[in-house]
Parts: sequence; C-alpha cells; structure tokens
Amino acid sequence: MAMPSSLLWAVDIFGRVYTLSTVGQYWELCKDTQLEFKRVSAVKQCCWGIACDHQVYTYVFSGDVPIRYQEETYENQRWNPVGGFCEKLLPSDRWQWSDVSGLKHQQLDSFTLPSPHWEWESDWYVDENIGGEPTEKGGWTYAIDFPSTYTKDKRWNSCVRRRRWIRYRRYKSRDVWAKIVSHDEPDQLPDPFNDISIGGWEITDEPLGRLSVWAVSLQGRVWYRENVCHHNPEGSTWSLVTTPGEVVQISCGPYDLLWATLWEGQAIVREGIDRNNPQGISWSTVESPSSENGIMHVSVGVDVVWCVTKDRKVWFRRGVNSHNPCGTSWIEMVGEMMMVTVGLNNQVWGIGCDDRAIYFRQGVTPSELSGKTWKAIVSGRESDRSQTGSSTSLLSAGCFFTDDIQNQTSAVIQGDADPSSDTELPGVPSSPASTALLGAAAAGNGPASQAETSAQLPVDPLHSEQGEATAASASNEKDNLEMNKSPGNPNPSAELQWINIDLKEAQKHPVLSVSSFADTSSLSSLGVFSVGAEEQYGADEHPLWAWVSGGGCLVDLHSPLKWFTAPSGLSSSVQSLSLSITPAQTAAWRKQIFQQLSERTKRELENFRHYEQAIEQSVWVKTGALQWWRNWKPHKWMDVRVALEQFTGSDGMRDSILFIYYMYHEEKKYIHVFLNEVTIIVEVLNEAKHSFALYTPERTKQRWPIRLAAATEQEMHDWLSLLNMSCCESRRIQGPPSHHAIWSVTCKGDIFVSEPSPELEAGPQLMPCDQMFWRQVGGHLRLIESNSRGVVWGVGYDHTAWVYTGGYGGGFIQGLASSADNIYTQSDVKCVYIYENQRWNPVTGYSSRGLPTDRYMWSDASGLQECTKTNTKPPSPQWSWVSDWYIDFSPAGGTDREGWQYAADFPASYHGHKTMKDFVRRRRWARKCKIVTNGPWLEVPPVTLWDISIIPSSDADDEEAVALWAISDKGDVLCRLGVTQQNPAGTSWLHVGTDQPFISISIGAFYQVWAIARDGSAFYRGSVSPNKPAGDCWYHIPSPQKQKLKQVSVGRTSVFVLDKNGNLWYRQGITPSYPQGSTWDHVSNNIRKMSVGPLDQVWVIADKVQGSHSLSCGTVCHRTGVQPLEPKGLSWDYGIGGGWEHITVRGNATEAARGAMPDTAEENPAPSKEGEDESKGKTEHSKTPLMVSESQELDRYSVNC
Amino acid sequence: MTDDKDVLRDVWFGRIPTCFTLYQDEITEREADPYYLLLPRVSYLTLVTDKVKKHFQKVMKQEEVSEIWFEYEGTPLKWHYPIGLLFDLHASNTALPWSITVHFKKVVELLFFLKHFHCNLFLVSRVRERLLRSANFPEKDLLHCHSKDVIEAHFMACIKEADALKHKSQVINEMQKKDHKQLWMGLQNDKFEQFWAINRKLMEYPPEDNGFRYIPFRIYQATTERPFIQKLFRPIASGGQLHTLGDLLKDVCPSAITPEDGEQKTQVMIHGIEPMLETPIQWLSEHMSYPDNFLHISIIPRPTD
Repeated sequence: MAMPSSLLWAVDIFGRVYTLSTVGQYWELCKDTQLEFKRVSAVKQCCWGIACDHQVYTYVFSGDVPIRYQEETYENQRWNPVGGFCEKLLPSDRWQWSDVSGLKHQQLDSFTLPSPHWEWESDWYVDENIGGEPTEKGGWTYAIDFPSTYTKDKRWNSCVRRRRWIRYRRYKSRDVWAKIVSHDEPDQLPDPFNDISIGGWEITDEPLGRLSVWAVSLQGRVWYRENVCHHNPEGSTWSLVTTPGEVVQISCGPYDLLWATLWEGQAIVREGIDRNNPQGISWSTVESPSSENGIMHVSVGVDVVWCVTKDRKVWFRRGVNSHNPCGTSWIEMVGEMMMVTVGLNNQVWGIGCDDRAIYFRQGVTPSELSGKTWKAIVSGRESDRSQTGSSTSLLSAGCFFTDDIQNQTSAVIQGDADPSSDTELPGVPSSPASTALLGAAAAGNGPASQAETSAQLPVDPLHSEQGEATAASASNEKDNLEMNKSPGNPNPSAELQWINIDLKEAQKHPVLSVSSFADTSSLSSLGVFSVGAEEQYGADEHPLWAWVSGGGCLVDLHSPLKWFTAPSGLSSSVQSLSLSITPAQTAAWRKQIFQQLSERTKRELENFRHYEQAIEQSVWVKTGALQWWRNWKPHKWMDVRVALEQFTGSDGMRDSILFIYYMYHEEKKYIHVFLNEVTIIVEVLNEAKHSFALYTPERTKQRWPIRLAAATEQEMHDWLSLLNMSCCESRRIQGPPSHHAIWSVTCKGDIFVSEPSPELEAGPQLMPCDQMFWRQVGGHLRLIESNSRGVVWGVGYDHTAWVYTGGYGGGFIQGLASSADNIYTQSDVKCVYIYENQRWNPVTGYSSRGLPTDRYMWSDASGLQECTKTNTKPPSPQWSWVSDWYIDFSPAGGTDREGWQYAADFPASYHGHKTMKDFVRRRRWARKCKIVTNGPWLEVPPVTLWDISIIPSSDADDEEAVALWAISDKGDVLCRLGVTQQNPAGTSWLHVGTDQPFISISIGAFYQVWAIARDGSAFYRGSVSPNKPAGDCWYHIPSPQKQKLKQVSVGRTSVFVLDKNGNLWYRQGITPSYPQGSTWDHVSNNIRKMSVGPLDQVWVIADKVQGSHSLSCGTVCHRTGVQPLEPKGLSWDYGIGGGWEHITVRGNATEAARGAMPDTAEENPAPSKEGEDESKGKTEHSKTPLMVSESQELDRYSVNC
Repeated sequence: MTDDKDVLRDVWFGRIPTCFTLYQDEITEREADPYYLLLPRVSYLTLVTDKVKKHFQKVMKQEEVSEIWFEYEGTPLKWHYPIGLLFDLHASNTALPWSITVHFKKVVELLFFLKHFHCNLFLVSRVRERLLRSANFPEKDLLHCHSKDVIEAHFMACIKEADALKHKSQVINEMQKKDHKQLWMGLQNDKFEQFWAINRKLMEYPPEDNGFRYIPFRIYQATTERPFIQKLFRPIASGGQLHTLGDLLKDVCPSAITPEDGEQKTQVMIHGIEPMLETPIQWLSEHMSYPDNFLHISIIPRPTD
C-alpha cells in the first residue's frame, strides 16, 4: 500500500512534542526540543503551539521549496533638456522611489525584514522584463507622463521613465519553533495565551496557503491572527474578537466551522465565516448536553463537532453543516476522554481519561461520522526503541493482575459486546493491556492526579500558574509516581464503559458486575501495583499524553495504520514500503522459492516436453447481452448479443473474434471484429451508461468506433478486462511497457501506453499512427512524462506527483493482466462546475427569472444543459463527492466579492465587475469529487506539481542521475535530485529561483532547459549540466509577435513552443554555441499540447480532426517528414482520438535500433553543424545503451512466451 | 524484477511426466503399450486420465472394464489428493517419469448392483469373497469416483472449508453460482486466467487484518498411518509478527523440525520444492496453495545419499 504520510501531533505531560506518522510505528520527538509545550494545533504544512511560557510559536516544516517573498519598488525619472533623464522630478510628480502606483514613498533602504525569522536572499536588482518581453539593459520602461502606459522602447515623446527593483526575502526558521513576535502597541498586546487552534484553509485558495489562526488568552479573550498565508507564515497582527463570555478553549475546522467553550460551560459557535469574512460575524450559543456538567472541550472538523463535558463524557453533535453550524442535538458516545481532536477527513482522536493513552476513533466514514469504537494507539516512542520496547511492556502490564479479575473483565465484555463481533480483535475493551490500564487508573485516580489533570486542561484560566507549577513538578518522575499510587477512586463505576457498541444509548450495563469489578480491581491492583509501579512508570515507558492534534493527519479507508500492533522486527520489515524492492521481496526465502520453482520446472519438464498434455485447450466463448450504438440513423442504443470466440493457433498463440449479433428490419445480422486488429478499447463512463468504445485503424479514420454498453459497471469491467487481455494476447504483449513506450492520457484521466515499432519514426514505409496499439494502465492522471530510461512521472488533477513503479495493469485490469507487487491505491480529486445564471430586470434587479429565450438558470458552461445542484452527479460512478457546492472565485475574467461575472447578454465575455451595460450575470459553483482507483504509481510527496520534464535520453550509465525538472503548482521551478533508473522517484527538490511563477518546462537531450513563465514569455536556462544540475541563470527569450506562450518541448536539439491561441512554433537558429536560437517559425495551428522526443520527432494533441464519419477533438497526431534538414516536418498523420489530452513520446528513441536504415543512424540534427564533433560523439554514446536495452527486452519476451 | 504472480503461474503450470502401465493381472486381449502423459500437478488423477482410460480400454475385454484406479509401488493413489501432493508424498526423489500402474475392476459395480437389487445374500457374499481374494478395488484406501461430479463436489467442498477458515465463509458465500462454476471449469479445462479471475477474491483479506483468519493447510506424512494433520493456525502472532512455515511446523508437527544440532532427517515439500522455514505462512497460503485453497504440505524422509 502506498500512501503519502501525514502526522499526528501530541504533547506528553512533560510538555514534550511528538509526532506519529500515518506510515510509521513510533512516536518521534519533535526536532526542536528547546521548549516545552502546553498546546499544539497542526495542519499539513505547519503546526502552531503555545509553549509553557504562554507565548505562541509556529513550526513550519522544511521543504525543498523555500518560502520567499518578493519586495519591489520603482525608481522614477523625468527627462529634462539639460540633463536628459534624471532624478529631478516635477513637484507634482511622484516620489523618486515609490510603489507601483506612485502614491507611496518607498526607498530601497526603507525595506526591513519583518521578523528575525527572515533573511535576504540577495541584494536589490533591476527587473528587465515588462509584460513577458525583455527590456533594454537597465530595465527602464518609458511613458509620456506619470501615470501612464509604459513601453520598453524610448520614443520621441517619452518624458518619463521608471524601472522596477526587486529583492527577495526568505523565511529561514523552518523545522524549528519560531516565536511569534508581536509588533503591536504594548498596551494592545494580548495577555499570555492559553489555547490555540488553526484551520480555515478551505475557505479560500487565495492567497495561497491562507490559514485561520485563533487563540485564546488567559483572560478568556479570543484573538484572530491576520494575514497568515504561505509566504507569511507568521501572519502580521493579532486582532481581538469580542465574545459573549470568557472563553477557555477554541477549535477551528478546515472550512467555516469555529466553536469555542465558555468558562460557564456553554459552547459558542461563530456564524458568517466565509471568503470575505474569515473572522465571521456573530456568535450563537449552544448549551451543554448535560445541565450539571458544562462543556470543557470542543473540537470541530468540516461538518462535525465533538465535545467533552466536565465529567469527561464524550459527545457528538448531530446535524452540523455549513448552513447550520450549531447542529441540532448531542449524542453521548462511549468512553471517557480528557480531550478529543477532529482531524482531516473528520477522523477523531482522544486522550483517555484514565490511562492518558491516545485513542483513535475507528470506523469514521462519511456515512457514519460518529465512528464505531475507540482503539488505543500502542506505538512506542522512537527513543524507547533501543530499550525493551514500550508497547510490549505495556501489554505485559496485564500480568500484574490476577486471573480472576481478567475473567471478570472478559465476562463483562462478553455480556455487553455485540455477540457477532470478534472479541479477539485488539479493540479497546478486550485487550488485556487496556483493561489493565483501566484498572491501574482506577487505582491511581486520586485527588493528586485529579489536580494534575485539571491543571493540564483549561478548566480554569485563573489556575494557569498552578498549571505551570504542575508541569514543572510533573517532570519530576517521583512526584508523578506518588500521584499514581494514591488510593481511592471517586468515580468507580465510570471506568468500565468501554465497549464495542457504538452509541451509549444502545447499551445496558449489568450494574452488579460493574461495581464488583471496580471493587476487586481497585483492591487487588492496589496490592500488586506497588510492586510493578516503579518498573512501569519509573522507567518512563508508557507515554502519558496531555494534548493531541489531528488537524494535519490524513487517515482514510485505504491506508491501514500500524499504530495498533506492537512494533516487532519482522512485521515492520515486511510491511515497510519503498519504491525500490521491498525487503520481503529480497528476502532469502523468496529468492529460494523462485529458484527452486525454476529448478523444479527444469527437472520435471525439460526432458519430457514431447509428452502429451493431459488437458487439451479448447475454444472458450464468452457470450452476453450488451447494447450497441447502432450504425444507421437515427443512432441509438439497441440490444445485441455479443460473443467472444477464442481459438488457439497451431503456434500455440491465441486469437479472438468478437461477434455482435443484431436485428436489422427483423433480419438477423452480425458484425465481427478480429481482436488482433483492435487498436484500443476505451472506457466511456458517464452517469447514464456503462459504455466503452472499440477502435480499429479503419474506425479511427472514420472517427466512429464500435460503442458497446453494459447493464452494470461490473459487467462492463468484466468485458473490458477480457477484451483487453485478448487484444494483448493476440498481439503477444504482456508484462510492463518498455522504456520506449509512448504514454498518453485522455480527458477522463485514463492512462494508455503504446509500444512503438521501429517503423514509427524511420524506415522506407512509416507506420501510420492510427495502427498503434494502446493498452490501458490503471490510475488517474492529468499529464505524464517519460524518458528512454524508463523513468516515468505523472501529475494528477489535484497536482499530486506520481512516479511509475514498473508495474502494469491496475484499475479494472485485474488478476493476471496486472502485476501484483507494484500496484498501489491512487486517488485524484477534481472539480465539477455548474453555473448560476441571472438576468437583470427593472423591478427586482438581478433575479433567477430569465427571459423565455434564456438559458437554464442553472446550467453547464455552454448554457445548453440544465445543471442544478441536486441533479448534477459526479462524472461517473467511480467518482464520489467530497465537498459541498461552493462558489468558485477563480474563473477567467475575475469575479466580484460574491463570485458574480457580468456581461451584456448570454453568451458573451464575462468580467468581474458590474457596468451600466450589463444585463446578465453568472457565477460558477464548484464541487469536489474524488476517485479512488489503483495502478502502478507511487506518490512523490510533498510538493504538488504543474508540469514535469525528464531528460529524454542521455549517455549517462544506469547509476548516473537522470535530469528531471518540474514546475510546482505555485509556479516554482524545481530540479529533482537523485533520480536514477533504480530510484526513479529521486531524493529531493532543488529550488531554482525565478522572478515570476512559471507554467511549463522542458529539458532536451543535451541539458537544454527551456521554460515558459505565467506571463507567456519564454526563458532559457544557462549552463545546465550533470555537474551543475540547476544551471546558473535565466535568459529571457522574446515570444513570437503578440503571442503568449503556454508550453515548450525540447527534443534532441529541436525546440518547439505552443502559444495560447493554439499555434505551434519552431525555434530557428539554435546551435551549440548559441543555444537560445534566433527566431520563431510558425509550424501549425489548432494544437492543444505537444511532445518533442529524443529523435526530434514531434507529436501533438490537435484540437479538431475531421474523420469520414465524425469529427474528433483532442486527437493524437504525428508530424511526418521530420528530417535533419527539415526539422519542422511536412504534414500531419492522424492517430487515436478524440478526447485525448496529453501525450509523451520522450521515451521513444527506437530509431536505429534494428539498423534497418543505415542513413538515419548517421542522421545528425541540421542546426548543429558548428558543434558537429561534440554532438556526434554524444549521439553515438546515447545509441549504444539503447541497443542493449532493446535486446534485453527481446530476451524478456522470449522467456515469457 | 520477478513478480509474485509468476509463482502462481509456476504452481499452476507444474507438470509431472508420467508413464502409465496396465496392472499385469488385468485381463487383456493383447499387450498394452505404456501411455505417457504430462499431468498437471494441481489437478486430480481421475480428472485428467480420460486419455489413459481410453488407451487401455482398447485392449481390455469390454466386460472386464470398470472403475479405474491407480497405484504406485503398491500404494493405491487417492484421487481426491491433488496429483502434485501424491507425487511429493510418495514418489519425490525417484526417477522420472513417474510410473503409475493402472487397475480396472468391474466387480465393485457388480457388488453394488447385487446389493441394490436385493439379490440373495449368499450371492453377495460370494462376490465379495472373490473381490477380496483378488486384491481389487482397495475400498479401505480409496473413495469411489463414478463421475466428474464427485470430483467437483469434493473440490468445492475443500474450497468452502478453506474459505470458512480464511474468511468465515464470507467470500465464498457472496459469490454467485456461476463464479463457483468458473473455479471448477478453470481447473477442469486448465484455464489459469479463468480460475484466477475468481480465485483472487478468495485470496484477499481486509488490509487492517494483515492476513487470513486461519491458514487452511494440511500436513501429510509418508511415514504415518494418519491421513493428515489439520488444525487452526493464525498467520499473525498475537504480537503482530508474521508466522512462518517453521512456526507452523513447530506448533502442529514438531517431529518435522530438525533439532538444531541434529541431522536433517525430513524434507518439507510443497509443489515439489522445499521452501525455507522462514517463509511467512500467509505468503505461502496466498501463493502456493492448491486450487482447492489448501496448502498441502508433505513431510517425507530425506533421502540418505
């Protein structure tokens, strides 16, 4: 199981901060151990905490990408006849140094670092780029007067000029607790802090990484930290939020939920939190579930609320959602907790009231938000590992008790538990450890420990000093020991309410046995405890927790946790994960089995192959009823019988024919397809039909596949799986794709791979690309990039980076057509959009009452399809909703504060503000949906990506690093270190500084790195080499006239770019000595995406291609006639489509592999005349390993056949 | 990288070259040639010997032909054990091809017939006497196999028993009748894909469990009378460690384990190989079970040379 890890944060009673990874088994001590903490609140990227000095600290994880902030200021000059352009400005002019508007005076030396946690990256320098175009040296831009439009060229009437100075500062206090320094006025400074909670990152995406940070001071006042975001991790100031009473504790969910508890025991709920008002507007009050015991602690998620009352009972709030943040009623849950925390995915953790262990709520799912049972986390601490192992000794604590107690315990449990449940499961109630601990706690829950616990919790803000004192004394182990030894139990019957059943309402306790148990346990455990006490607590083995935060911890159904079993050497080695071979695979036993099996086969079969087989292979026919999109008009689905016949040829290979029997004017007819002619089978999932399309070269030319639909998803997958296997069998393709494979992705995120034949790029007769055979690989991706060494990376719709594991199959391709070891769960998240449309009328203003001719008031983007919030379904049954509908503020053209875009009429171009001429408006609603599938992909956390490029082929040997560049989804340029054939995931990112966000990157065979910035301009990176993987500096390359670029691809020597209007351009004049080239040549229009390969071959996804029957959008096309002297090629050859989104041919270097074309083997790119010797040498080198890998592949196939 | 899936293939496509000869006492019309065949290790003798039957029937007098049964060096071969198990248990470390003697006897049917139609007891006892005298169908050792349905019933019963151990029968009970049929057809027609398309579901387990509930296994010893050992055994120790083949043997058949200082006296065989005792039992169960979903382990004396 592959999964990205995330962390659970916790503080023990000594104030030490630990983290537990979702893939780990041990609590690890926080790297920065200088401080002791009271509270922590974590999210994925950082953690905020209150230390024992009552100050707030933030802990930002170090990452490969730095946190940097660009400061800018403008230098302004005016021309005068005497001195030319000079610093002397007119009195009415702006400052000589100002901000972009000219209104604010800002000199270079007026910029200071905001806190000690920042450092300057470099000195000030001049920006020589205006709107994507390079300026003259010096960076001046000219205008007639201030304020005006500036151009890079000086004209006769240019009277003023200005230039932009920039300087970066970098946040340096990462992986340490950084104290939040307050710049506020001393008298407005908040008093010492008592509680903190962070969240709210889902309220809005802008600015990036925005967080809501809420804190409670000792005096019970609530503070909101302003401007906390990715590039300002500390925020700027505290602002006071008035409350109806004294607050003791606060909890902020990932979205708009914010609850706090009052000293009097009620909870208050913040209303009106949204994008424009992250602080919310007003409070409403929610009473405590029980009148005697007020609420002590509350924790919220996206749409759930849990609380703990002063009697330690745990409650779940029913009916909480965005529209009703207060919910409807409380339900009592089983268990007694000091506190609870709700994390990502609404998962819940708590700290046991008596044993101070952390419990995880099992079984929390979207349909059952309250979960099923509490399960103790038994993970030990990293530091205990060298010792005896805390968890085993934790378990052995049960030995302190006599048999009869254990018997009684189990009797109680059996009486209460669901009889069908497996009592042997290591659940809370049945594990001897936890019962033992319960007993121990029952024995030791004396007045002293009572005082201690209250000090740890915000029950009384006035007692905080005492809390500090206790924390100090708690570090004294002997005191602690005394505390736990104190006899007496004020609340004995409370100890036993741990059972498997979910809600408390559902169970009845046999009172008698409870009390008798409590008596015996407290008596006998007291007797034995003093013997074992020193061992148990003196050795500091079982961690006692004071606080836990799950806000950064992602647990989902697909990731089994290893927290609940005691770590042991063997199981951890078997279960440990890595992309390279797992220890289990390398284990001697495994090798031995493989070896012996092959010896056995040799021994028992080698000399006897001429013997007859006992079972003859027969024809296997699968038949079924499907629906077929009929050939004649009117086109519609009709019921058909389908049969697949398999037969074994004389060579032992199998081939198949698919028959489709249909009725035409009451006449029985059929069509048939030889599966060895099928080029691709594509799943066409939509909410209405489970259908798939089957293409042959002929059908690709027509743009008219055979379409079949099944009644159920399962039935469709059975057919798909069988047909796919039959196709692969008849083409003798099995196992993983070769290194040269061509990968592509459809607009549905489906991944296809094709083995290139040598005739695809060279030969007397080129293979038309509609004959390429594509097979599906499991997973869901937005783009995919490969190289000829078998390094393949992908990026999902949620921008997660994935690396290919070398497997095959996955998805619906199960069983044998799929590899077993390297298929992992993969998930992806994307948005579904609908539009709310309104028309203005003089009476009511904008309303949802449109003209009769208008589009639907709730529609898709085109307005043709009605799409309401309730009738819009996820794209296919594989997807499920993971959010509610929310207003999307990011459509092109901008929106107003409520998300509206205005226009004169439908359909028109929309803008983000209302003008007099606007009679209609619309806004976009988004809803996130998630797919969970599987495939040969492993996540590469934590940086999310926008684009990737891998060096297509290089002469480096296997061990040597493969150059891989990427753009993060924030626009940072990154260079991956440590990528090799053996470790395709690499080790870390190296950040390459840029002055603006980038969107596309490509690296050529000779380390030529080209990139496109968000403003549409192109850049070349100088001096990139294996020894200098990040190069030295960017050279700005002017774009083709008036075009904003969007993609670049660099092959062996060719450089192609694509602009936002779909034009493909070739860079002319590139030579080794002048790698930037000279001019852009137009090649084609109508292009959506392109990929230039190691042979300088050019493949694209074309927007529209006309076939004989139909038109297809998103079609794979191959540029033909690409020659060394004709790098732009001559025409297009059309392949599979439509609906294709992305292709990469950067693995395919199989040009001269067969030696069929001796002249092409000598082929050298035309523009490299000047550097003939150098590039020729490299070309030869790069071909040698290709030959080798080709023969290896042949061998592999022969072994398998 | 070698894939665990290849183990499944290797296990499935294991073949034992076999030479069938007719029992010398059988009454024939003419001399019968031996018959050579590659027997699938995972299948059952009576399921894959139609050709053998046909071959020898040609030389038999029609009236003498009856239920076929097999014997190796005096040991009747139980058809309801998988072929690979029979070979490992009785004939490993011998020269290949495996030579099996074929027997036909009609009398059994006759006996059945007589009983069925209430013929007089005298006749019945006479027939039985004759039967016993000529060492015919070894009723004590073998089950009758009148048709393939009997094999199917036995095979499905094993699968169900195995799933009861692995998943409290949940998986097998959730399957449809056609899935059950597909398992059987897959075995009968030697269709690896067809069989595993269904069987993989039987090999799954909830990720949080780390393994099956109990491992379906049977341990056979060539040296004892007892047919086999079968006990409840969990794949994971209470501490979370994976149980190994060694753990299993230590638990249920300690005699098979070589004492640390002692000389290796036994061989632990599965599918003709000797996995290391460190091999996790869960892995073995997933990858080296027979199609009936049981791990059939043979313990045989180690050859002395």
